[in-house]
Amino acid sequence: MNSSSGKGSMSAASSSAAWKAGDVVPDQFPAGLRVLVVDDDPTCLMILEKMLRTCLYEVTKCNRAETALSLLRENKNGFDIVISDVHMPDMDGFKLLEHIGLEMDLPVIMMSADDGKHVVMKGVTHGACDYLIKPVRIEALKNIWQHVVRKRKNEWKDFEQSGSVEEGDRQPKQSEEADYSSSANEGNWKSSKKRKDDDDEAEERDDTSTLKKPRVVWSVELHQQFVAAVNQLGIDKAVPKKILELMNVPGLTRENVASHLQKYRLYLRRLSGVSQHQSNLNNSFMSPQEATFGPLSPLNGLDLQTLAATGQLPAQSLATFQAAGLGRSTAKSGIAMPLVDQRNIFSFENPKLRFGEGQQQHMNNNKQLNLLHGIPTTMEPKQLASLHHSAQSIGNINMQVTSHGVQGSQNNSLLIQMAQPQPRGQILNDSTGSHAPRLPSTLGQPILSNGIAANVSTRNGIPENIRGPGYNPVSQTSSLLNFPMNHTSELPGNSFPLGTTPGISSLTSKGAFQEDINSDVKGSGGFMPSYDIFNDLNQHKPQNWELQNVGMTFDASQHSNSLQGNLDLAQSILVQQGFSSGQMNGQNRSAAVVSKAMFSAGDCTEQGNAQNVNHHLNNLLVDNTIRIKSERVADAGPANLFPDHFGQEDLMSALLKQQDGIAPAENEFDFDGYSMDNIPV
Amino acid sequence: MERNPMRRQLAIMRQSLFDQGYLDEQFIQLEELQDDANPNFVEEVVTLYYRDSARIILNLEQALERKPFDFNKLDGLMHQFKGSSSSIGAKKVKAECTLFREYCKSGNGEGCTRAFQQLKREYATLKRKLEAYFQLARQAGPAETACCRKE
Repeated sequence: MNSSSGKGSMSAASSSAAWKAGDVVPDQFPAGLRVLVVDDDPTCLMILEKMLRTCLYEVTKCNRAETALSLLRENKNGFDIVISDVHMPDMDGFKLLEHIGLEMDLPVIMMSADDGKHVVMKGVTHGACDYLIKPVRIEALKNIWQHVVRKRKNEWKDFEQSGSVEEGDRQPKQSEEADYSSSANEGNWKSSKKRKDDDDEAEERDDTSTLKKPRVVWSVELHQQFVAAVNQLGIDKAVPKKILELMNVPGLTRENVASHLQKYRLYLRRLSGVSQHQSNLNNSFMSPQEATFGPLSPLNGLDLQTLAATGQLPAQSLATFQAAGLGRSTAKSGIAMPLVDQRNIFSFENPKLRFGEGQQQHMNNNKQLNLLHGIPTTMEPKQLASLHHSAQSIGNINMQVTSHGVQGSQNNSLLIQMAQPQPRGQILNDSTGSHAPRLPSTLGQPILSNGIAANVSTRNGIPENIRGPGYNPVSQTSSLLNFPMNHTSELPGNSFPLGTTPGISSLTSKGAFQEDINSDVKGSGGFMPSYDIFNDLNQHKPQNWELQNVGMTFDASQHSNSLQGNLDLAQSILVQQGFSSGQMNGQNRSAAVVSKAMFSAGDCTEQGNAQNVNHHLNNLLVDNTIRIKSERVADAGPANLFPDHFGQEDLMSALLKQQDGIAPAENEFDFDGYSMDNIPV
Repeated sequence: MERNPMRRQLAIMRQSLFDQGYLDEQFIQLEELQDDANPNFVEEVVTLYYRDSARIILNLEQALERKPFDFNKLDGLMHQFKGSSSSIGAKKVKAECTLFREYCKSGNGEGCTRAFQQLKREYATLKRKLEAYFQLARQAGPAETACCRKE
């Protein structure tokens, strides 16, 4: 579909929607701030509503947490801030807080008649941006807008840091995108915000209750610890609190872990979803392995070839890849281990994988999957569609991944995929095969967006660390992904920093996690290849590499840190694909899809709702793409590339050919919270 | 003009509610929220409070009939009740809630029962007084309801 324009407008719309309050003439802010207030006590609710109205806010009240959550989910960009009571009959306020933080990433203020220190502390540790003691006075409500501003400002910062793109400089320059995607997308949104932020900066400081958490850098070691903890607990049971306890890292907060986990999940999902694709893609891509991918390439190429040859990417290889990709030789062993772990965890072979047994088998082939990750862009929608069918589980995974909005996960997925090429491959193959016909139709689907969305979500969801530079590229990727969807232009660009950029660079910037990887990735541009794969079917090599690289990179990074990295990589690759030439070759597409699948796959384990995922995937895909925060995807440009060139159908078919079964990993991109804002797909 | 004496009476009544500790600052917050768009806001909120809190009182009574006492549950219920009461500025009622919760925390069933009885009394007293107040306010004239505060 070449209706990227649709997307583009979407993004614009979403940006404005997202920034509704800000869109209003700055001096009218905070009037019009959209507040959702949740309290089971009708008296308090009535009073709060009146108070908030008096402050000129737009108030929506609800007396049940579940209602609030569905309201938020339905209307991802409909609220600026949430105020919730701590004690509610249907759900604990802190649980709601967690959900909101993970899925929507909105500032949440807790309230309670309880002013005990430990309760207030709980609010802090769960990520509440403020805690009000009842009875609430109107004066306390007058300044809640500061939390909205502060949060946005921080998000921006993340983007900026990762993308290192100036605000003003938003024009998407496709080639350089790495940071660009995120910043580009963000740019418009950001600039307006920034201005506003600047105005309010002075006021931000007065909120002592808002803890500004220092960004956590998810180094390789830290990530390995994280993964170890998660493995120990079991993906299903891995909750941030327990992970935090197991990791026992001083200074690490539960929120850090929560956001990282979110990303990781996405990554896993992606891996599982993509692996299928990957296997397909890998084959094609593996061969070329040029060094185009940059740092990763040399090793990647080698490794990939090996993988291709064996059809299995043993953990070791992956480790090698990673190391190569990352340029860290030492990481090899280390990475290998994690890879294995990851593989185990996420591998399809694991029963844990939600995907379902079938997928696991698929996974086996997946070596390729990794590659596919890289090519999320076009593939995604279609891939997802196909994936869905063939790899129900993967789809689920993807979905889960995305749903969680753990962008980081996406990246991780890539890595994970790498680790488990085997399983994936099969899946992908299957998926692509079956999907082939579907691709064209699904192209429109946000599959890609999922990927992107994934990125996006991660980004959104995990503001703290992930936001890093990696994000920028991701966003770009996202765009690419969206292309197939056509609308993707909106791609997650916003959300995914990874987005379109020729990805690799973006990947690196990705965020804390990515730090390691990003750097590597950057150089390689290998990641970018992912996108290229699509674009340059002809030039398989570079592209393959990209995917591969990406995968590898991700692996490396993954282990090291951050799921994000993986996601980013995947994202970037995806994005690149989209952007690079819009010539989505079938391969590229496949690659993209695969990548996605891979991610998804990875995540599947986490999610365990493979089945659901499938379903979701499809839905998500659509949703995701739509959701890709339009804000981010400001630069629809690259995203549009795809549609223009390939049209989703083309991409899909191309992908299908390649992968044969690459299930649309897109689902992964369905970040839950991310609000892939309404990227119209 | 006729309203003047009524309004004066209203103001006196209102002041005594504060002076005797039945109401606190939070009630003033409610009064300040009252405006032309919601001219009976305070009365509406208080009515809602009494309706909703009656339910909690009933739950508390039922919980206090089950022996042995489930202090956690009692505490939870009382927490809710306290939140509501404090939001309308029911000072004495709120104090009784706090006392009740203390007894819950220390597992003093006897203390809980006593505190609850006292609480119900305060709750009923306040209700009576506020009803009289709002009635007078309505008679005194809509414009002046509850907003006759001596500055």
